[in-house]
Amino acid sequence: MTARRVKGIAFQGALIGCIAISVLLLGTLLFDVVSDGSGDLDFEFITSFASIDAEQSGIQAALWGTVWLMVVCAGFIVPVGVATAIYLEEYADETKWWNRMIEVNIQNLAAVPSIVYGILGLAFLVRGPISLGPVILAGGLTLGLLVLPVVIVAAREAIRAVPPSIREGSMALGATQWQTVWRQVLPASVPGIATGVILALSRAIGETAPLIVVGAATFIAFNPEGLDSRFTAMPIQIFDWISRPSSELNDYRPLAAAGILLLMLLLVAMNSVAIWLRNRYERRW
Amino acid sequence: MIKGLLVCAALISVITTTGIVISLLGETIAFFGDVGVGAYLTGTKWSPLFQPPSFGVLPLVSGTLIISAVAMLVAAPLGLGAAIYLSEYARPRLRRTVKPILELLAGVPTIVFGYFALVFFTPEILRGLFGLDVAVFNGLAAGIIIGFLIVPTVASISEDAMTAVPQALREGAFALGASKLQVTMRVVFPAALSGIVASLVLALSRAVGETMVVVIAAGLVPQWGAKLGEPMETMTAFIAATAKGDVPTGSTEYKTLFAVGTTLFVITLVMNLISIRFVRRYRQVYE
Repeated sequence: MTARRVKGIAFQGALIGCIAISVLLLGTLLFDVVSDGSGDLDFEFITSFASIDAEQSGIQAALWGTVWLMVVCAGFIVPVGVATAIYLEEYADETKWWNRMIEVNIQNLAAVPSIVYGILGLAFLVRGPISLGPVILAGGLTLGLLVLPVVIVAAREAIRAVPPSIREGSMALGATQWQTVWRQVLPASVPGIATGVILALSRAIGETAPLIVVGAATFIAFNPEGLDSRFTAMPIQIFDWISRPSSELNDYRPLAAAGILLLMLLLVAMNSVAIWLRNRYERRW
Repeated sequence: MIKGLLVCAALISVITTTGIVISLLGETIAFFGDVGVGAYLTGTKWSPLFQPPSFGVLPLVSGTLIISAVAMLVAAPLGLGAAIYLSEYARPRLRRTVKPILELLAGVPTIVFGYFALVFFTPEILRGLFGLDVAVFNGLAAGIIIGFLIVPTVASISEDAMTAVPQALREGAFALGASKLQVTMRVVFPAALSGIVASLVLALSRAVGETMVVVIAAGLVPQWGAKLGEPMETMTAFIAATAKGDVPTGSTEYKTLFAVGTTLFVITLVMNLISIRFVRRYRQVYE
């Protein structure tokens, strides 16, 4: 065998090694979480409130807090994200500087650290001009602003995938631009948009840092009752359990692992729906 | 009318950016009224809560840079290796299975990585497997774990860039008798360089902005000259840990959140703009 072939094989081996190490770490992480948390994840865990007593502690308030946050977040990102995407794809004149500025701006927002959104939420929504206080509405909107770029990018791709012939046909029959968008383009791009929204929500559901800054409470023993209710959320509750000093009597670590496991199960469920949607409704033109 | 509504929606993202800048700047300027800019940027002691307080941001910046550097040492080789393999070597079917698995690393909430770093990686791997003498909370574990978390960022953008290199370049090199390794490293890699740089810069910006892994696993001790195995604090970790305590509006503590936030925002903004510019360059060349 020539030196050249040996080198080639060694190189390929190293490349496979890179992938193997990454996959191995992911596998270890999943295994660790499942083995630490599966013992505590049961019906009682889901239906109990947080408590000093680790034995009786559960995640109910945080679970409902997360559900409320996701509803607020979805209620914000769907209309705003889709409208932005429609504007950029169907109406905006790309040669104008302000439209290019909007695009660069969205690209840049996607890479702003999540904790900076927390500061924005704290300064504008919780205190300052809007002063909502540390409530569901403020938390949900902060998460919404954070994941808005994800929805915009996905919705734009979905809208772009609708072929121009559809629009031209509609216009030729006398439809206005808006009628064309509303009755032809949007219905055709719903699966792509829905997939994007689910991916955005699955990013939002695990975000911890912005909620800490916005002021989500760590110890709450009631479910949210409305948009103006104080709240906790699953990642916040998990963080509280991780950072709480554990003793022989009260070990909070397994609770944290059980919470993580529940969060990951929710994520798997959401992503499965997204994949199903894509495969079921994706249309090839 | 409808167009007006759509424009309003599009403007929300512009307003968000403006809001971020205004909220950061207002309190930051107030902060610099209390603490001098020079003392902030060059001070090596960060203890805003002690009496007398000291506001030198360097320990937080060095903590951030050390942890991000460790993360890049992990993510750059692993991510680029994965990208090269997927783009140049893997058969389409293998590629279709491996890619989503790697992307999973980016889909797992970062708090889970934080838990893993603290509960498993430090005690079992660093201390157990490698026998290193590291503290319970340390920068090394946080950095390595953040590295894995940004592998998909490096891998997917670099792979896109390498896949975009025209087939003709490869064929030309093969025709001149180059081996697969030579084609990959001397033709494809340089041709995709701007995309690769973009992916690395973006990954670095994510590492700098990452919060939860550091808050949980790195300890919250701002130390100038901390060693890798010792506790350290980053800018993001300071913000999270301080904001958790429900700081009163207008207090110096409240203002420090914004001053550190501004520092973080400026650093990541510069990196993002660099990355956007590089991405645009490789798109212009081949598409």
